[in-house]
Amino acid sequence: MRISTLFYTLKQGFRNIFRNKLFSLASIATIAACLFLFGIFYAIVANFQHIVKNAEEGVSVWVFFDEGIEDIRIQQIGDMIAKRPEVAKMEFISAEQAWEGFRDEYLGEYGDGFTENPLENSANYQVYLNDVSMQSALVTYLESIDGVRMVNRSELVATTLTGVNALIAYVSAGIIAILLAVSIFLISNTVAIGISVRREEINIMKYIGATDFFVRSPFVVEGILIGLIGAAFPLGFIYAIYNVILSYVTERFPQLSELLSFVSVEVIFNVLVPVSLGLGVGIGFLGSIVTVRRHLRV
Amino acid sequence: MAVKRKRKSPAVENEIINLTNVSKAYSTGAPALKDVNLHISRGEFVFIVGDSGSGKSTLIKLLLRELTISSGYINVMGYDLSKIKHRKIPKFRRNLGIVFQDFRLLKDRNVYENVAFAQRIIQKSNKEIKKNVPSILAIVGLAGKYKAKPRQLSGGEQQRVALARALVNQPTILLADEPTGNLDPKNSWEIMKLLEQINENGTTVIVVTHNREIVNAMQKRVVTLRRGVIISDEEKGGYIDED
Repeated sequence: MRISTLFYTLKQGFRNIFRNKLFSLASIATIAACLFLFGIFYAIVANFQHIVKNAEEGVSVWVFFDEGIEDIRIQQIGDMIAKRPEVAKMEFISAEQAWEGFRDEYLGEYGDGFTENPLENSANYQVYLNDVSMQSALVTYLESIDGVRMVNRSELVATTLTGVNALIAYVSAGIIAILLAVSIFLISNTVAIGISVRREEINIMKYIGATDFFVRSPFVVEGILIGLIGAAFPLGFIYAIYNVILSYVTERFPQLSELLSFVSVEVIFNVLVPVSLGLGVGIGFLGSIVTVRRHLRV
Repeated sequence: MAVKRKRKSPAVENEIINLTNVSKAYSTGAPALKDVNLHISRGEFVFIVGDSGSGKSTLIKLLLRELTISSGYINVMGYDLSKIKHRKIPKFRRNLGIVFQDFRLLKDRNVYENVAFAQRIIQKSNKEIKKNVPSILAIVGLAGKYKAKPRQLSGGEQQRVALARALVNQPTILLADEPTGNLDPKNSWEIMKLLEQINENGTTVIVVTHNREIVNAMQKRVVTLRRGVIISDEEKGGYIDED
């Protein structure tokens, strides 16, 4: 393709948007609304997943040993656990540390009356997981190790977090799919209207000997530009309001900010900018290419 | 009906359009052309005449490969139009210039852009466009009006722009479908003189028309169609009225 033809195609794509101002504006507005919802939804999901991840990191499994086990065996068990891929980190808690912790947390000064360690057999490994959904598998493995007396875990927390994670994934995929379908439909309609408005010009092009590519490409450029502009507006808007909303939430509900930590706008935008622009271009390309193929048999 | 023939068969090597036993029926079953045999040589000037419904428009559409034949054989400039691949049609059409009764200019673009549009479609460079467009506008007498929009021009001037657009790509064949249909007699004659001049420069010109006066005065080859059949094909013919 000649450079002049490329510029001509791009220019015609731009002109199509202005020739068909109202429909282009409606398409841009709808795509912007869809991608704004997508952006907001993504920001909420990212924050929620961040919070869930933090909560997951706090969920641990406790591994207790047989009475009278030798230290070397405890060390071997530790090595075996550390090799597991689902293990994020682990910590050895000696019987003394276990008692100190229990005494400080629950007994206070009443603990001073104990002369012997009541938790003599409570030395354990505290194991943290990468992914709580792997908890069951890990526990089964741990219980099978020779020298392990008991494995404690929090089944409820693990199941709840796994369930919430799955729910977020399904709901977000569903909503995003619907928004994408609506956007593609709208771009497709705008391009179809553009084609019908320019039917006369297309006929002339056809008689003069324009190739399919030459006739179709300005409409595809138009679709991509609409998608791109439609993606840029909500990105700017979300950037502007994200920090405002976060400061409002942390100031209005200070107890929340103590419990939860939020993701920064930069982290959100590292993913949101390429994904939104990609979606905009993708929606524009798909919506227009489907329409020109259907309506422009040159 | 016996066909009135007063022409010798053209030399095959010089033949640019060949329709042999061509029939075209629409999906309704109504025949638009029946067993048409038409041979046109390079450099000829041919009038296609006939009343409404005689098959003139169908014939033009077949020559443009906008329609395909139902039976027979059609070859234009060496392209077998019943077998041509879809992707080769643009290349074929680049050798044709077409002018319509209603001009079909792009109303949002000026005279220069309307003509340059035809060059852009065949991907000419900006340099070539800047050289070719003014020279063709000079030929059709519109050099001074290159900035005007179609609505600022008379019917005759608009048809000249359409003619410039058809000619700027230097077509081998120029098809003019009722080029004087929307023009007054003076402008009609000016357009016909331009077409004759173009023909004298070597372009094959085929004019579909109802204009009896022009056909009779120009003394060119006249092919007369009636209800889809060629009833007459005369070297220096005239307009034949329906009885």
